[in-house]
Amino acid sequence: MNGDTSGYGGLVVRNDPIAASQRPFGGAFDSIADAIEAALPNHAQVITGVVIDRDQMIVQVQRDRLLEFVRVLRDDPALRFEVCLGVSGVHFPEQEGAELHAHYPFLSITHNRRVFVEVTAPDADPVIDSITSVYPTNDWHERETYDFFGIIFSGHPYLTRIQMPDDWSGHPQRKDYPLGGIPVEFKGAQIDPPDQRRSYNK
Amino acid sequence: MTTFNDSEPTVAQERETSQGRIFTVQGNDWDELLHDLSSTPAQERIVVNMGPQHPSTHGVLRLILELDGETVTQARCGIGYLHTGIEKNMEFRTWTQGVTFVTRMDYLSPFFNETAYCLGVEKLLGITDQIPERANVIRVMMMELNRISSHLVCLATGGMELGALTAMTFGFRERELVLDVFEMITGLRMNHAFIRPGGLAQDLPEGAEKKVQELLDILPGRLKDTADLLVDNTIWKGRTVGVGTLDLAGCMALGITGPILRSTGLPHDLRKSQPYCGYETYEFDVPVQTSSDAYGRFLIRIAEMFESMKIVQQCLDRLKPGPVMIEDKKIAWPAQLAHGADGTGNSFEHIRQIMGTSMEALIHHFKLVTEGFKVPAGQAYVAVESPRGELGVHLVSDGGTRPYRVHFRDPSFTNLQATAAMCEGAQIADVVAAVASIDPVMGGVDR
Repeated sequence: MNGDTSGYGGLVVRNDPIAASQRPFGGAFDSIADAIEAALPNHAQVITGVVIDRDQMIVQVQRDRLLEFVRVLRDDPALRFEVCLGVSGVHFPEQEGAELHAHYPFLSITHNRRVFVEVTAPDADPVIDSITSVYPTNDWHERETYDFFGIIFSGHPYLTRIQMPDDWSGHPQRKDYPLGGIPVEFKGAQIDPPDQRRSYNK
Repeated sequence: MTTFNDSEPTVAQERETSQGRIFTVQGNDWDELLHDLSSTPAQERIVVNMGPQHPSTHGVLRLILELDGETVTQARCGIGYLHTGIEKNMEFRTWTQGVTFVTRMDYLSPFFNETAYCLGVEKLLGITDQIPERANVIRVMMMELNRISSHLVCLATGGMELGALTAMTFGFRERELVLDVFEMITGLRMNHAFIRPGGLAQDLPEGAEKKVQELLDILPGRLKDTADLLVDNTIWKGRTVGVGTLDLAGCMALGITGPILRSTGLPHDLRKSQPYCGYETYEFDVPVQTSSDAYGRFLIRIAEMFESMKIVQQCLDRLKPGPVMIEDKKIAWPAQLAHGADGTGNSFEHIRQIMGTSMEALIHHFKLVTEGFKVPAGQAYVAVESPRGELGVHLVSDGGTRPYRVHFRDPSFTNLQATAAMCEGAQIADVVAAVASIDPVMGGVDR
């Protein structure tokens, strides 16, 4: 059941999303890719792949080159992604060596377009460079992702929990975070924790 | 030193801790506190812990203010008091059930949460173009009515916090009119779960258009009354002009969107720049101010309410009969809901069909309602312009019937980071005005 307290744990279906896209990307995406390549001579070492999916461009970046990459995204006149809209973590326990994903949406108001950057880190070494020095708005967003996924954003000025209490242990939105275990008490009667109820234990 | 005494709750209490002396101020005891402090050496700094249960912190926001006299030298926010784990919970419910969660996040703008989420699910499914016209028009209409009710609360609570109590009573009174419309259309004043992936939960009830039209007839006069109370009010201007300033560069760096960004003169509005739900077909203006202060944001919100009314009127004019749910039976909720004697539920015709005539329809209904529909694997980020700025949703599907990950980029969360930039160096009384002009909703901040 893997901590599933909803009772529908047997209905999981898994398949893989698009892995990588090739040129031509179509639409404005080629011009974004051209601008990135022009601004970053060593782009082959920085970018590991590009995914064009559902009219979105997701650029996968080496995690130790992230800071360098987002600085170009912000400062290059042909890119000019002024606004970073935070970071969202995703945990894929079955992707060995890249269990933790960080997904950064960017918006360029000048050119009115969006691009997404994805960085992965292994569970064994969950460190990703903080981009707060380039995009100060990511201060709280990185704290939130640290709080919920345990991704350590190195270089963040004050990486502490933001939503959970300071003395909380564990990172609740990881897929291996244990759920259940707490019985429900109501008017003197005690009901087993959801994960230990007979009906959910097949 | 007085000791901590429960029997005198209205007296400023004081106790020694390892961090220094701590006073608990409870109202009507400021003089006493000042008296106690008069013996304190002048170079000692005061840290005021405001909230999380303070009437002027917009819900459970905790402000930690370091003071030098009445000047704020440092302002920090403590959040998380309303964290409910909505994002985690959604991973254990079907895509459709998620609507019930997201509507509760930013509880003053439920329709925006629902729309953003549903647009995300529809993008993952690739059915954005198949949403019926009537559903889109009703979505826009509900969102714009919601923008009015949300801005009215901002005005009302902001006014109350600065002592303009009539603005509060006016604001809440007018909001009630909008909520009456919501109640008639969705059955609930808040937390509607009305907008669903693929369309809407149900069509407008009979008489709804008339009710919205009545609202549109009353509202302009009422809003003008509320605006007249404050727009040229000397005290209001004294409290808000030049207060809580944040310029364009600051907004860009801090990722600020919505009225705060537009108060710097940049007309950035996703409804215009990256339209969704057919916003490109409506005529409206994006109000802008250049003062970058709390007063400018107030004027923008007033103007936006009038623009929203223009949009709602256009929605009413183009409402044509038609379906409100996608045609694809693999996604569309199997039954149109109906009001019965015992409340809202599946329509009688539908129950008669699945129970009496078609076993396949019964199986289909059962599968879709309990298991839900599958969403192709992948991820999507979708954003809408909520009353507070860019409300983004990041959805990840693993191909199953439930979200693999849902993340909301709530504008309140991001905008609240500006508190320090707006308050440091200002007077402590201006903190209240600055936070009110950010208009954070803690349900959205903490999720």
